Order: sequence, then C-alpha cells, then structure tokens
Amino acid sequence: MPQYLVRLVQMHESFRKAELQSLADLAGVEIVIVKYEEDSPFCIISAPSPKAAKDVISRSILSFGIYELWGHGSDYLALHTSVKESSSHHWPIYKTTPFYFTLDSYRGTRTEAQRRQIIQDFSYLPFTGPIKLKDPSSAIFTIFEDYALGAEAPHYLYLGRLLGSSSRHLKTMYDLKKRHYISTTSMDAELALLTANLALAGPGKIFYDPFMGTGGFPIACAEFGAYVFGSDIDARTIRGTGGSARKGQTGKMDVEGNFKQYGLQGRYLGSFISDLTNTPLQIPGPDRNIREGQVHEVNSARGGWLDGIICDPPYGVREGLKVLGTRAQLSELERSTHADRYKDSGYIPPKRPYSFTAMLDDILAFAADTLVEGGRLSMWMPTANDEDIELVIPLNRRLEIVSVCVQPFNKWSRRLLTYRRLREEEVTLADVVADDVVKTENEKGARADDLNDFRRRYFEGFKESERTRQEQFGSSSTPDTENAGDPKGGWDGALKDIFRKESPK
Amino acid sequence: MKLLTLNFLTCAVKTCKTSASSFPLHPRDSELEIVEAEINVQFLQNILPRLMWEELGGLVNELGLPSLPPTAPLPSALVESKLQAPESDTTGLNIEKLEVPSQVARDLHRVLLETCIMSGGLVCGNCGHEYKVLEGVANFLLPAHLV
Repeated sequence: MPQYLVRLVQMHESFRKAELQSLADLAGVEIVIVKYEEDSPFCIISAPSPKAAKDVISRSILSFGIYELWGHGSDYLALHTSVKESSSHHWPIYKTTPFYFTLDSYRGTRTEAQRRQIIQDFSYLPFTGPIKLKDPSSAIFTIFEDYALGAEAPHYLYLGRLLGSSSRHLKTMYDLKKRHYISTTSMDAELALLTANLALAGPGKIFYDPFMGTGGFPIACAEFGAYVFGSDIDARTIRGTGGSARKGQTGKMDVEGNFKQYGLQGRYLGSFISDLTNTPLQIPGPDRNIREGQVHEVNSARGGWLDGIICDPPYGVREGLKVLGTRAQLSELERSTHADRYKDSGYIPPKRPYSFTAMLDDILAFAADTLVEGGRLSMWMPTANDEDIELVIPLNRRLEIVSVCVQPFNKWSRRLLTYRRLREEEVTLADVVADDVVKTENEKGARADDLNDFRRRYFEGFKESERTRQEQFGSSSTPDTENAGDPKGGWDGALKDIFRKESPK
Repeated sequence: MKLLTLNFLTCAVKTCKTSASSFPLHPRDSELEIVEAEINVQFLQNILPRLMWEELGGLVNELGLPSLPPTAPLPSALVESKLQAPESDTTGLNIEKLEVPSQVARDLHRVLLETCIMSGGLVCGNCGHEYKVLEGVANFLLPAHLV
C-alpha cells in the first residue's frame, strides 16, 4: 500500500493514534501506522489509495493535513536520493500544472535566504508550470523538517504533496469563547469534537449524552451529521434560566440557542431532565429482573437503539455528583408528605450524593443495554496521578475497550475511555449475569467525600499520594524523579495489559 | 421535544419498567408546534427499524394527528426515483434519474422530526404518574416517594 505523511499537531499526544484509527474505521478504510513517535508531529501511514487517505484525515481534529509521501531521509542528501528513487513516477503528472513549495520546520527556524535555497535545491524536479500561491488547482509541495528540542539542524526530513486538509478549523468555529451559552464545566471545543470522532459520530446516526449540561458534546456530534439528544439532572442548565458562566451575560440563554447559533437545530431531537439511575429511556435486552437474581429473556421487541453515547460525567468537584433520593431512609410520615405535596409548583425532588465508581458502572451498564452492536461509548473520567496505585478502568463484559487517552494536569489527569458494544454472539448471558452479581465494591456512605474518593483527594490537594510516595521511597530520590518525569508511566503498562489481552485483533 | 424522542421514553419509576403498559407514555393536554427541519433520508432509514411502530401509531392517534399506516414502511420505500433534467441544463435533453425522498419519507419526517410537544404532560399507563413538559423540555425527576 502507498504511504502517506500525516502532519499531526503536537498536543494531546495520546489521543492522536486513537483518532487516526477511529477515523479509518469511520471511513471504512484499512490503514497501517508505519511510523509514529510520541515526540514528533510527523506520522507515516499506509492506505489503499490517495482518496482513502484523504477521507481518513478530512474529519481529523488533531492533524493539519495529509500528504502523498515523495521522499524522506535523515539529511537533505538522503531526502533528495529518496525523492528521486521513490517519486519519479509522479513527476510527469505535474509537469505543467501550477505549483508551489513551502517549508514546515517543527521546533526549528530558517532565515528567508535559507528557505529559498532549500526550495531551490528541488529544481531538478521537471516542473514547468507557473508558481501560483493562491490558485486552488496548484499542487502544493511541503518540505518538513523535524528538529530535536534545541537542536541546530533537523534530524529528519520529508517531502510531501498535499492531498487534503483536516477539520481542525472547527476548533476555532466552535470555540467556547464565541459560544452563546456555556457553563463552568463546558468541555473545550477541540476535545468535544475529538470525543465525537472517537465515538464515530456520523451522518444519519443517533447519539445521546446523559450529562449534557449546555450541550457541548451533542453539538460536536451534530456537526458531524449525527442526530442528538441529551438529558441532565439540573433543569436550569437545559432550560437556561440559570444564566451563563460568561461575565455580564443576561437574558434567555439555553441549549437550543447553542444549536441555533451553529445552524444545527434540525439535528437536535430535544432534551429532558432526568437522572441516569432513574432514566426514563427504554432499556431493551435482558430483563432488569436480573438485578433481583432471576434471569429470563424478555419481550425485547427492540434491541439496542443508540449509535453512540458520549459524556463527561460530573466529577463531584465543580458540580455535585448527585442522584435522586434522600440521604436517610424516609419515615412513613415523610413519604406521605412527599406524596401529598409533589404536585405543588415549588416542589424540588430531593437528591443525594452518589458514589463516583457506581456512577461509572451505571453508565457502562446503560451503554451495554442501549447501544447497537458496534456502537460506541466515549466517556471522560478523572484520576489522581499516583503512579504507585494501579489504574482501574471500569469494565463491562458486553463492552470492549477501544482506546484510552490521557489529558494530564498537574496533580490529576482525566482520561477519555472509548468502548465498543460487542456483538450479541460475542457475549453470553452468563457474562451479563456475572457483571451484575460480581458487582465491584463501590464506595459506601452518605456524604459526598465518603462516596467520591477523587473529590476528597482533590480538595485535600492530593497530599495523601505525595505522602505515601515519600513513605514508600524514603529518602531515595530516584523513584521520585522517575515518576514525576512521566505522568503517564503507570498508564502505559495498563494499556499494554489491555491490548495484549485482545491480541487476535 | 420532537415526537421521535417519545418513542424511546417510558416511565422513570423502576417498578414500571417491566410493565408493558408503561410504554409509551400518554400525552395529556399537549400543545404542539411544527418546527420545520431539513429532511434526511439516511437518518430515517437508519432509525426506521428501531422504531416501535404500533406505539408510534397510537401516539399519533392520541394527539389527533393523521393516522399512520398499520405497518411500518420498508426503508426502500423512503426514496423514489424521479426523472429530471439537472438545473444547469436548459435544453431539457439530459434527463437524469434522481433519488428523492418519497411522500412516505416526507410524512414520516413531519411526524418524527418536525412535530414537537411544547407543553403538557406525559402520563404512565401503569402507575398514572404525570411528567410535566414545559417549553419543550420534559421533567422526569421523580418525587422522593417514588424513587
């Protein structure tokens, strides 16, 4: 298969391969990642055709574009030799077409004179067409230079012809700074769009966000053609009567207004106020009675019906992690008071704090029940950066983990977990029961801090992990630097473990 | 909320989930509004096999809208071929076969994606609990005695 150069962005590194692979799945194209380094924005993939390569990148958020690879090498001599050897069959095609050359130096700079000289050195290419910068029919050639940090000269070079650009411009278009209505926990537009890519949002599909807030994720999915709806336990965020996080903003600001801002209201199916643990959505598949220990198939006239679920569940830090219910068991009198008064206009249903891990399990179980086969769940999850504690990724036997991407912060990080709903024949009823019986031990208690370990440690400034680390390593300084240097250290091992288990893939 | 959403909604009370009469919810005193939207046949074809058709028909009747056919149309019935000259062609000689949304698709689109419930109530056929709809947003939060 021919090779192509992808010009990636040098940020959110751990998301980049996952995005490429998802976009290939979405385009129905088989790609192989030939060369990829975490520390470089240049990636070589092989794909069946230039059109396929272009299709893969057309929706990408974490790249700028894709190029037909004309040559590469560790210095200019090697690059020129490689260009002459591997691309001469392309030369006649561009003999008379308009064209131009550009130079893209990563972590390096060139003076104007050097730049001109580098381009001049390619004059052996038999191009006689006019040099036109703005002509859309121009063939655009780019020389890429990859420098090590602080290096004088590049350590690797590529020459490519531009095939197509990415969708990175959407990052600016959907920028939160320009959005009509946002809240304190709105997801950054770039990451929301990326999440939509990983969940394979696409034309004609139906997507749901159970913690929609001001609708950032549904909007990103709708941009890619999906029909979306969402829900939230907080009525004010959806209805928009609570104002916006933007300073000085007043007046009616609601989720629907956001869809209108981007002209996406036709794909917005609506939203409702609900709690995931008491969802009004229809749950198909094996009967809920499994929960009571009995197993029997039900009249599942309907199978899974959602193509994708994307969400950023509340972490319980900036917004409460609550579900319907009361902290203490209600007395008979209290119950009857609620029953008598709930129709009053000012009635607010009581809510109680909920365990974070239990919430994650609930999301997974909901996704396993409602997704179509092959449908995806993309969910964000925060964790403290302690390398000494094994990373726990919530699992469900009807879901297969597709990718785990990390966005590190100072003392904590958040991960984007993407799962695929297995096909029915890949799952046995025993698996489904096992998930319910062998329920992971979730945090117990009535207070938010007892229920949510992440929240407690966040507000303690993650002191505990520092302390345990010091106790463990004593005065020795080496493990500390080792751990501090690579915030993803603990993660890489976990990732390998997961993917080793699925080696036949 | 668009009527399509109602085809996936049931009562939020856990004990109602297993009862067949909790689905679909029954609209009460609904105020409807038509919000025009662009038709997308691909989406209709994708969603059609996932619809509970009989329940959709019941809902449409309860709302007093024109009845749906008794059985769901096949996805293939959503498009029809039309012979038409491209707009750029003024001679009218280069007639092309175009795939356009059929009347069936346009009717379905009108019901599912253009008809919205703006206010009213949604009632569970099993427990009788009524969920309020205000400004097109339904509230499914349960009072404490029903959780």
